[in-house]
Amino acid sequence: METETFQPKILAFCCHYCAYSSADLAGSMRIQYPPNVRIIRTPCTGRLETEYFMKALENGADGVLVAGCLEGGCHFVEGNLCAKRRVNYTRDLLVEIGLEKDRIRMVNISAAMARPLADTITDMVETVRKLGPNPIKRNGAPKPENHS
Amino acid sequence: MIVAQRKTIPDLLAIVEKHKKLLVLGCGTCVTVCLAGGQREVSIIASALRMAAKLKGLQLEVGEATIERQCDNVFLEQPAETVKDHDAVLSLGCGAGVQALAERYTGKPVYAGLDTAFIGILEERGIWAEKCAACGSCVLHLYGGICPVTRCAKHMLNGPCSGSTEDHCEVDTARPCAWQLIYQRLKSIGQIDQLKQTKPPKNWRTSLSGGCRTIVREDHRV
Repeated sequence: METETFQPKILAFCCHYCAYSSADLAGSMRIQYPPNVRIIRTPCTGRLETEYFMKALENGADGVLVAGCLEGGCHFVEGNLCAKRRVNYTRDLLVEIGLEKDRIRMVNISAAMARPLADTITDMVETVRKLGPNPIKRNGAPKPENHS
Repeated sequence: MIVAQRKTIPDLLAIVEKHKKLLVLGCGTCVTVCLAGGQREVSIIASALRMAAKLKGLQLEVGEATIERQCDNVFLEQPAETVKDHDAVLSLGCGAGVQALAERYTGKPVYAGLDTAFIGILEERGIWAEKCAACGSCVLHLYGGICPVTRCAKHMLNGPCSGSTEDHCEVDTARPCAWQLIYQRLKSIGQIDQLKQTKPPKNWRTSLSGGCRTIVREDHRV
């Protein structure tokens, strides 16, 4: 029986000043990368909070990629360092929950690094493909309540 | 402020897994500031519980709410309707908040989602340290504003233990010796003579002996 190759859905939070521009550059340079990523432009990865990553995975993303500036090169000085710590915290939290920590990853990409961005995305897609679909969405992604 | 930290997700799930509909209730005061139980942590912990429950095959619906202050009856009325709508409450307040909720919502299980740790301050970003043991009989005026009861690992009241190395405590080498700090502080404010007076053994009756402590202000009673 023929089985379809699993196509993971990866949510990529890309910093406006670096990774998003490098994705743009990749387009201009006609560099291909897997269409499994959904890019969300953020003003800085320091804007991203742990709950964003949690909600992404809870609502069915198979993986989350956070792409910020090179360390020392953040437009807002240390936003990418904040993001790095939050991603690491989320990775630990995922282990507590019972999910694989490799479903979220932080990378540092400059605006000129179109090829490394494409390679990073390819690598992330392959990593998540090996992990398999996000088990949370097995019964359909839950809709979180909010009473506040 | 009161400083707390969250329990682990497996521990929390073990506490709440017998329920079908859980409310995670945050507190907007101390535990918000120490990043343990505010609106943001409610969102994270609720998400984590939903995912962990799903992975274990449990049917657990998790609601989220945060009130201004859990340890104050005035604010406890606010989530009444939401609490009524859930089987149990997982409070992300301090120990006082959890108990205030349990007293207000009789018949509704209320659980502690945090381990309340101490009264302390933010020393630097991401690091909180204990500053007050709430011993009930403050001696800070004798020690230049640095509490030996809390900050000296051996609670020494009449000078250092002689175990410190390079101004650091021998019990926890990452922490400064409280007595070194007291000496420097008293010297800088010209009160070094304070150390010449021998202090009597501390009276611990005002601390955690004899059960729950209460303070009565007759002038404020109605």
